[in-house]
Amino acid sequence: MHLFDVRGNFHFCLMKTLYLFILYLIGAPLVGAWLAGWDRRLSARLQSRVGPPILQPVYDVLKLTQKENMVVRRSQNFYIAYYLIFVIFTGALFFTGQDMLLIIFSLMLASVFFVLAGFKASSPYSFIGAQRELVQIMAYEPAVIFAAIGMYMVTGTFEVSKLAQTNHWLILSLPGIFFAYLFILAMKLRKSPFDISTSHHGHQEVVKGITTEFSGKALAMIEVAHWYETTFILGIVYLFFAKSVVAGLSAALAAYVFMVFVDNAFARVKWPLALASSWIVAFLCGAGNMIWLFFTRH
Amino acid sequence: MDTTFIPVSLVIVPAIAAFLLLIFRGSKAKNFIVISASALIALGSLVLFFLNNMEGLIRFKLDIPGVSAGMLGIEIFMALFIIFIALRNGKSLVALLALIQVCLLTGFELRYGHALIVANDVFIDTFSVIMALIIGVIGTLIAVYSLGYMRSFHRLHAGEFPDRQPMFFFIIFVFLAAMFGIVFSNNLLWLYFFWEITTLSSFLLIGYKGNAESAQNAFRALLYNLIGGLFFAVAIVWMHFFAGTIEMDKLMVMHKAVVMFPVMLLCFAGLTKSAQLPFSSWLVGAMVAPSPVSALLHSSTMVKAGVYLIVRFAGVLEGTVVGLMIALVGGITFLLTTFIAVSQSDAKKVLAYSTIANLGLIVMCAGIGTYQAVWAAILLIIFHAVAKGLLFLCVGVIEHKLHSRDIEDMTGLIIKMPKMSIMLQVGMAGMFLAPFGMLISKWAVLRALVDYNPLLTIFLVFGSSATLFFWVKWMGQLLCVLKEEEDDETGISRAEWMPLTTLTIFTVGVCAFFPLIAKTMIEPFIRQMYNATVTMGQGNIMIMLIMLAMVMLFPLSFFYYGKKVKVVDAYLSGANTAIGTSFTNSLGGATPMEMKNYYLKRYFQEEKLLRIGVAVCIFLMCAATFIFVS
Repeated sequence: MHLFDVRGNFHFCLMKTLYLFILYLIGAPLVGAWLAGWDRRLSARLQSRVGPPILQPVYDVLKLTQKENMVVRRSQNFYIAYYLIFVIFTGALFFTGQDMLLIIFSLMLASVFFVLAGFKASSPYSFIGAQRELVQIMAYEPAVIFAAIGMYMVTGTFEVSKLAQTNHWLILSLPGIFFAYLFILAMKLRKSPFDISTSHHGHQEVVKGITTEFSGKALAMIEVAHWYETTFILGIVYLFFAKSVVAGLSAALAAYVFMVFVDNAFARVKWPLALASSWIVAFLCGAGNMIWLFFTRH
Repeated sequence: MDTTFIPVSLVIVPAIAAFLLLIFRGSKAKNFIVISASALIALGSLVLFFLNNMEGLIRFKLDIPGVSAGMLGIEIFMALFIIFIALRNGKSLVALLALIQVCLLTGFELRYGHALIVANDVFIDTFSVIMALIIGVIGTLIAVYSLGYMRSFHRLHAGEFPDRQPMFFFIIFVFLAAMFGIVFSNNLLWLYFFWEITTLSSFLLIGYKGNAESAQNAFRALLYNLIGGLFFAVAIVWMHFFAGTIEMDKLMVMHKAVVMFPVMLLCFAGLTKSAQLPFSSWLVGAMVAPSPVSALLHSSTMVKAGVYLIVRFAGVLEGTVVGLMIALVGGITFLLTTFIAVSQSDAKKVLAYSTIANLGLIVMCAGIGTYQAVWAAILLIIFHAVAKGLLFLCVGVIEHKLHSRDIEDMTGLIIKMPKMSIMLQVGMAGMFLAPFGMLISKWAVLRALVDYNPLLTIFLVFGSSATLFFWVKWMGQLLCVLKEEEDDETGISRAEWMPLTTLTIFTVGVCAFFPLIAKTMIEPFIRQMYNATVTMGQGNIMIMLIMLAMVMLFPLSFFYYGKKVKVVDAYLSGANTAIGTSFTNSLGGATPMEMKNYYLKRYFQEEKLLRIGVAVCIFLMCAATFIFVS
């Protein structure tokens, strides 16, 4: 946080942070919802359907908020509320340019609340979903941290505000790390082949996984959290191309479209394969990239 | 105030209390002695903190005639005791190790003892004070907890194990005295003396139950720690001949090449005591002991003595190959034992492996030895001591109530034992979750590693992913409810509640007051050692505090408990029976639902991972020795 960096600029920085925060608070879910709408339209076209209007995800969420709130355990929705709060907080840290490591830790905290909600719901389906979500977190965490470390190795900073203004094409120094990140993007965006904990398709072995017992407002909160998360996850993609704004935005968009194609092209894999493959990719490409960087620079 | 008074009395008071406990065996006398001695010790360590704040470094020579001779006498007595008991149980290797050590050091002291010139026997800097606070506060809380725990332990196991409580409390307090001795000693002969006392005490405590299993595990602990003791003894003798001193503060500033070999041996001794691979199995075996013993060994004493010694010599290790090897041993220990913890369902075993893993991180930081790394190491020591102490104490109580310590049997603990499960969750959060202690430390470790050698982060990155997995699934198991039950937290004594609540408050408190702790305790030490200092940026501290405040507000959501919701049965493929938590099976009968955690046993196999770890770490230790010799 830049509140105290320069004595005289205290107020200015605070205001700037505040503006960024408000912009993010309103903008991020809109971007997320818009992307989700295009996702559905694009997927429909790939399956020779027309697809819903672009704003369908928003209509869905509005409808959900009017539904009756059904729960198995009375406190299960508190965890969902905290999941939403911490996802928003994580994104806020990111878009106001804070320390990348803290952002990742905050994201983990949010994910833990989500998983605990699944446990709290005390239903076999959400329980299995929660276990699988945990496996996924374990699977994607290395690649995300490697992304932060790799960016630090090139630029010497963990601060997103400085990473966003870097003069380097991070992608050129960090191709392996970028690939490892792209690999786990499907988990974060809940797409095949890694939509293991919350399959979007009904009537499969885990029904709706971790979200099985959530309905009404709670389900709406999960959806909104997902919009925020999508924006933030793509924000990290942007950083790899941050030297140019246009390149960054196009890369983020391209990554999302790519994920929609992947989602439609692949069947879901089992969790051991998801875990093993993402760790192997994180190790070979992510850590390999780091080793290469380390030895070419020393 | 005379600066010698407080440190000396911190060693003497627990020792006196120990002997009083041996003499006065009544339960009232026991309660009185334990509580008043604990209060005195805790107070003493606080006074020491302020004394150090005012006076800075405290070092002095203790000119009491006969101290060294007395120590030697006790050492010989202890060795004879070990040899006797080992031979009686057919453990000739243990006896042999004890014999070699006692001969080596007795011979050394008798032959060269008069020629030893020691300027300062005692050396207390801020790091010693931090350790003293951990021992003095957390150690004594555990002693108080034992009062309640041991009573119910013997009530539950009446006739199964002999009631040797006076002996038990005697050793606990001897242990505390020895720990103070370790962190205050500058004279390595003294340090060795206290070191051996902790070895013997832990042996006796682990074997407290007196059955075959605990005897076997106690002897394993003894064997490994005697190996460490042998490293230590050789280091002392070597130091005297080649470096010309046996004082720690002098060694730390000597030329690295001169002291490298003995420091390496001392670090090996530290590795055995802090249960790093390849010596880790003794600490896992130590869980047969009653829970307060585990809490003591894991959080505030024993294993912390090991890392204390290694962190002490971090400055010597910095930038050396030996240091790198030690760091790698720590890194591999962290990675592999974390993986093993994923596959365990015995709560105490999970805690044991998590301790070993976290000590691995500390060792890794100490091996690197840069000022950022040492900063991170001390943070880890503090946060780990508080949270792990709390966790073991919770599991102890839960085990007595549930008659099991399997995580799978803790399903629904949130309604069975609400207060206990909340404390347990606070402890767990302290171990892995932002913004609590261990995560602040992990942030610090990551920062230290990327600046030193980013490749070392690979251990941390994969290890900490698995850490999250095994803690969250345990937390989830507590929250998940299979059937409605009455909450029942009766029969837990005040002596148990008090330490539990205090440690819960501490776990949160050390995070809230982290900036203060860093500023008054850790930074002075780092500045003194490296002339440089490191802190977490003010902005980052603020983020952490905001997160902490948000998490602490979570209980507020319970004002909304049960409002505007319709409670329904869990989805059981539409086959719910009238009970709601059972479903109609294919034969038309009712099957109750069950939920079991993932343990990924096929992928994270304990034996296999241990075998790999032991082999690699022995190789690294040999490599370190070989590099030095050649």
